[in-house]
Amino acid sequence: MNERNTVSSAARPRFSEEALQQIQEIYKRYPRDRRASALMPVLHLAQREFGGWLSRESLDYVAEVMEMPPIRVYEVATFYTMYNLQPVGKYHVQACTNISCWLCGSDRIMEALKTKLRIKVGQTTEDKRFTLREVECLGACVNAPMMQINDDYYENLTVDKVAEIIDRLP
Amino acid sequence: MKIVYKNIHLANSHTLAVYESQGGYRSALKAIEMGCDEVIDEVKKAGIRGRGGAGFPAGLKWSFIPKNDPRPRYLCCNADEGEPGTCKDRDILRYDPHLLVEGMIICAFAVGAEQGYIYIRGEFYREAERLQSAIDEAYAKGILGDNVLGRGIRFHLAVHRGGGAYVCGEETGLIESIEGKKGQPRIKPPFPANIGLYNCPTVINNVETLASIPAIIEHGGAWYGALGVAKSSGTKVFSVSGHVNKPGNYEVELGIPLKKLLEEHAGGVRGGWKNLKGVIPGGSSSPILSAEVCETITMDYDAIGKAGSMLGSGAVIVIDKSVCIVRAVARLSRFYRHESCGQCTPCREGTGWLSQIMDRMEAGKGTLEEIDLLLDISNNIAGKTICALGDAATGPITGAIRAFRDEFVYHVEHGRCMAG
Repeated sequence: MNERNTVSSAARPRFSEEALQQIQEIYKRYPRDRRASALMPVLHLAQREFGGWLSRESLDYVAEVMEMPPIRVYEVATFYTMYNLQPVGKYHVQACTNISCWLCGSDRIMEALKTKLRIKVGQTTEDKRFTLREVECLGACVNAPMMQINDDYYENLTVDKVAEIIDRLP
Repeated sequence: MKIVYKNIHLANSHTLAVYESQGGYRSALKAIEMGCDEVIDEVKKAGIRGRGGAGFPAGLKWSFIPKNDPRPRYLCCNADEGEPGTCKDRDILRYDPHLLVEGMIICAFAVGAEQGYIYIRGEFYREAERLQSAIDEAYAKGILGDNVLGRGIRFHLAVHRGGGAYVCGEETGLIESIEGKKGQPRIKPPFPANIGLYNCPTVINNVETLASIPAIIEHGGAWYGALGVAKSSGTKVFSVSGHVNKPGNYEVELGIPLKKLLEEHAGGVRGGWKNLKGVIPGGSSSPILSAEVCETITMDYDAIGKAGSMLGSGAVIVIDKSVCIVRAVARLSRFYRHESCGQCTPCREGTGWLSQIMDRMEAGKGTLEEIDLLLDISNNIAGKTICALGDAATGPITGAIRAFRDEFVYHVEHGRCMAG
């Protein structure tokens, strides 16, 4: 299935009190009559709150909280690739294979990741710990090859370093 | 000469204390004393051109903001840094965020903007945290807010994180994104200086451009204008990546010979200069230069333009002789296909066709006619779309066929690479 399609989950998402407060703070960054501007930050927040991805129910819930038509939320969530529309593992491993990383051996890094995690690109390990993705340039080209795991960049990678980094994750 | 990277080697350079110890925020005070028009004049005199890729003169851009217009004005900083090969702004964002904040205060004062947004690519999560800490520090000290530096000026600043779309580095795509929509670029004109964010007058500048402003105010436009070469004044950070011994971000005066940049700063080409195949001089969209051209070319807007390429974002991607050009171009074509926003037919369809043909050629199944077909499709994309992404997608292909047509022909005839 296309990874930009939305899917349903059984869970009914609810923002924590703290998250609802944060949303009020986000609104303040934009003019009062331009609340739609808060959609991207609220979706980023929702993804953190709801296990690293956004189900159809999460998108509907964001629309409800922000008092906007669900279609507005869908079109933004499906356009921007950082919104995961399907479940991802605890660690979202994203390896860059664009030009600078490719020149510096990202093919070998990708192979090492596949071997280490025993999955193909786009898959999640059975224990739901890892999802492996190939991504476009992440803007750390002078330290190629590189990958991102959740919020952090790992740069100047070698095949050995990749295995070590994965092993050291809690 | 270091301007935007002058502080980044200092310990805790990202903190307000260190920034102030280096004379930080004095340029903002000086600018406010000078007055709006004088600030714009100095920036015009400096001749600084946009460092994001388009190279439009910043002072001129600022002067387009209509005067005596009742609408609010906005300042947006483009920190999307998505052009493959480019990672220069990241070091400003994470090591000297206050320099950017000060540059934005000066610009906002000059054009009368009371609200600014820094649009940072979503993947730069840690960098966004750094930036937010700097903004929080600045608010706490009265550097931002309703009484900037105690001078009775309002300027509020917020960080807006992107969502992983290359097209949002295009200024109107960026505006759409801040408005909470898909980042599909707008037709120009009208230009953002008149109809920008929330349909109000808006200035959009790159991180490096804005970070250069405090030095221009401190030392004067004439001083800055004397750096570099004619029509390419000042310093520029070049992100040198790929096959060099010391990849890195190097801030140098514009007009430096490419060979000198690679040999004296970036540690030389892997395996020696003779091992050089070509250089992509200004990010992945800029047509590749052959080794022969690299021998003598200088890194300024005019010289690279005359050689049929672009200085762009200053991302210098060095490619040695082990590389198959067809494969490199196929990889880049996949990128543009992925990033096309789908709004304009020539780009939406054309980037897909280019990528398919390049993949086929790389797999040894291309035909000689398809080499010209690539050029034909490129010709039907470039200049026929709302934004420059279409043109960008064609640059790597037309440039590579121009400089390395023999490799394409070899690939077709032998079904495999000439190199390795």
